[in-house]
Amino acid sequence: MSNLKIEKGSSRRSAYDLRDPNADTIERHTLAVIVDNEAGVLARVIGLFSGRGYNIESLTVAEIDHTGHTSRITIVTTGTPAIIDQIKAQLGRIVPVHEVHDLTVEGASVERELALFKVSGEGDKRVEALRLADIFRANVVDSTLKNFTFEITGSPEKIDAFADLMRPLGLTEMARTGVAALARG
Amino acid sequence: MTQPITGAQMVVQALKDQGVDVVFGYPGGAVLPIYDEIFLQNEIKHVLVRHEQAAVHAAEGYARSTGKVGVALVTSGPGATNAVTGLTDALMDSIPIIVLSGQVPTFMIGNDAFQEADTVGITRPCTKHNWLVKETDALSGVIHEAFHVARSGRPGPVLVDIPKDVQFAAGTYTPKVKANTSRYQPKVKGDPEMLSRLAEAIATAKRPIIYSGGGVINSGPAASQLLRELVDETGFPITSTLMGLGAYPASGEKWLGMLGMHGLYEANLAMHGCDLMINIGARFDDRITGRTQDFSPNSQKAHIDIDPSSINKVIRVDMPIIGDVGHVLEDLLRIWKSQGRKTDKAALSKWWAQIDEWRAVKCLEFKNSDTVIKPQYAMQRLEALTKDRDRYICTEVGQHQMWAAQYLGFEEPNRWMTSGGLGTMGYGQPASMGVQMAHPDALVINVAGEASWLMNMQEMGTMVQYRMPVKQFILNNERLGMVRQWQELLHGERYSQSWSEALPDFVKLAEAFGAKGIQCADPKDLDDAIKEMLDHDGPVIFDCLVEKHENCFPMIPSGEPHNKMLLPNAETQNQITAPGAVLV
Ligand SMILES: Cc1ncc(C[n+]2csc(CCOP(=O)(O)OP(=O)(O)O)c2C)c(N)n1
Ligand SMILES: [Mg+2]
Repeated sequence: MSNLKIEKGSSRRSAYDLRDPNADTIERHTLAVIVDNEAGVLARVIGLFSGRGYNIESLTVAEIDHTGHTSRITIVTTGTPAIIDQIKAQLGRIVPVHEVHDLTVEGASVERELALFKVSGEGDKRVEALRLADIFRANVVDSTLKNFTFEITGSPEKIDAFADLMRPLGLTEMARTGVAALARG
Repeated sequence: MTQPITGAQMVVQALKDQGVDVVFGYPGGAVLPIYDEIFLQNEIKHVLVRHEQAAVHAAEGYARSTGKVGVALVTSGPGATNAVTGLTDALMDSIPIIVLSGQVPTFMIGNDAFQEADTVGITRPCTKHNWLVKETDALSGVIHEAFHVARSGRPGPVLVDIPKDVQFAAGTYTPKVKANTSRYQPKVKGDPEMLSRLAEAIATAKRPIIYSGGGVINSGPAASQLLRELVDETGFPITSTLMGLGAYPASGEKWLGMLGMHGLYEANLAMHGCDLMINIGARFDDRITGRTQDFSPNSQKAHIDIDPSSINKVIRVDMPIIGDVGHVLEDLLRIWKSQGRKTDKAALSKWWAQIDEWRAVKCLEFKNSDTVIKPQYAMQRLEALTKDRDRYICTEVGQHQMWAAQYLGFEEPNRWMTSGGLGTMGYGQPASMGVQMAHPDALVINVAGEASWLMNMQEMGTMVQYRMPVKQFILNNERLGMVRQWQELLHGERYSQSWSEALPDFVKLAEAFGAKGIQCADPKDLDDAIKEMLDHDGPVIFDCLVEKHENCFPMIPSGEPHNKMLLPNAETQNQITAPGAVLV
């Protein structure tokens, strides 16, 4: 558990706010939450984040066991270590939640996201888009005379990098799935 | 194979199997099949309230005074939305109740049908869990699971929403023992290693304090017994939150009184100056901590709580112990005794000497009067005239609530029902009905403010109908007193909308309902008037006209630490700083 390093003495901030925003750095954590796939379960999880003012960077959910009806929700969130601990404890309180794993601290993990990019262009730009796609191992899943639709999988950072390169080459639309993640080994 | 029964029959059967003897409710179109089944039986008593909010508070009062799950039954739409305040109140104070709500038939859900509301959507953030039951076969299993969730772990409110077609259709009943409760099984035993560390800290502590809360009461009477044993064993001073009053007896010599915003001087200073704080079933609420940066700056802190999310939420602690108070205290005492540890007697007697100095300040002293009844005096007399009886006290919210907490003594758990976390005006009167239904022969008093009391005054009708002899003791200052006090402290005595005008004549009001009314304005008449109230076998409204501008002290102004308390007769201007002013 982290130390909050609460400074004693006065501060002009809210008297009930114990979290010195400068004392702790904001961390990004990927959580895997195993839940019963029942009506309203996603609303409970999302409601927890909005109700208590936590961040959601990305969220994916799908049933992973069709006989037991359990789903895996992967949430990427940010916060100080104290907030991250709270988020995990709060998730653990929800009745249909079975397990909460913090993949960021429970050892190495792999994170993948899938994205679709539509790039419109002509001439050199079109050729350049194809060349970069090749480097990023993106596949062309649809093409017309004006557009390419690329499919790319990778870490969110890789997808961000690809988006940065495609933007000047005519990136017109993008869809991302959010992160799916598993512990290694 | 058992015979199929209707969903409505299942509801009543499941309640009987859960040992429910009383339901507080209000009928409507979407629950008619259930009301029909209630009509056809005699085991479960139904109390017809006058407003669904009252049904839920009554269920809370029942639950808090018995430790059992309280039950409310409401119709769809407005019936369910009226239940929201009660559910939120129960969530904040961890009270086990179940609300059964009717819903429009499954095939009409989503069509904006008459009296349709998204009840599970609306109540999701104010219940511990809720269910919309779409198949009759699942209904009884869900109700049994709902009882299990309400009472297990950190208790709380649950809601089961039952569409009308599900009530009419037939299905297979799942008995209580066969219901699936496996997915919700909170941990009750504390980590033995951490308990050993705590035992060691107890042995070496020089300025310890036990800070107990509602979790001790929720854990059951055995936990209160173990808490008393721990205090006897260690000789440590003990204070408690508003929610925890009665777990340790007020007459106990180690009792420092309540702590917090309107807590006692000795309790708050001991919290501030301690070197070991043992939090047992409390949650470091902001009414308790004041300014967190300065909260008990030099202490090691242990925190026993069944809810892992309570640990390190507000205050970082050194010894987190997740588990049920009863189990944890039992293990702690065993470890303590088996290790043959002793406390530091010399240090403790120095600490007690310091505490006695704080006690000598006599922070609850007030300037009495021969001509007007001081609210504190009224509480003192009520205490003197009732303390020998096994009495149950409810309150509304405001100054009167704090005076009741300060001046009334609680010797046993489950005798004190007050809205702590949500601070719900209108709570006490219906809660007192729930208490009286659970303890028909007991003395039940609701200490009220006139403004709060009006918020659910319609329930006088219920009390008269069911012959509940509850005493409504109103400290009538003709003010929204607590609001007025904050305006005095914070807003230059500009009393914006904080007075009660056009008040009813409470004696006539009582009579109009068929109850007894008593008014008292002279301190010399007070004892006789209270006795008259106590002697009356039936509901009474006692209109106690008190000093209008009395302030409730001690008080930690918002935004200040424990050692900056305002004592009686304190200067009331400019006491709250700008950063404190934004706090509630
Ligand atoms: C439902 C609700 N509305 C508003 C408040 C804010 N509030 C807290 S105390 C108070 C005044 C209560 O007046 P009264 O019941 O007469 O009690 P007193 O403080 O005068 O003893 C108010 C308005 C509240 N707690 N609950
Ligand atoms: Mg008042």
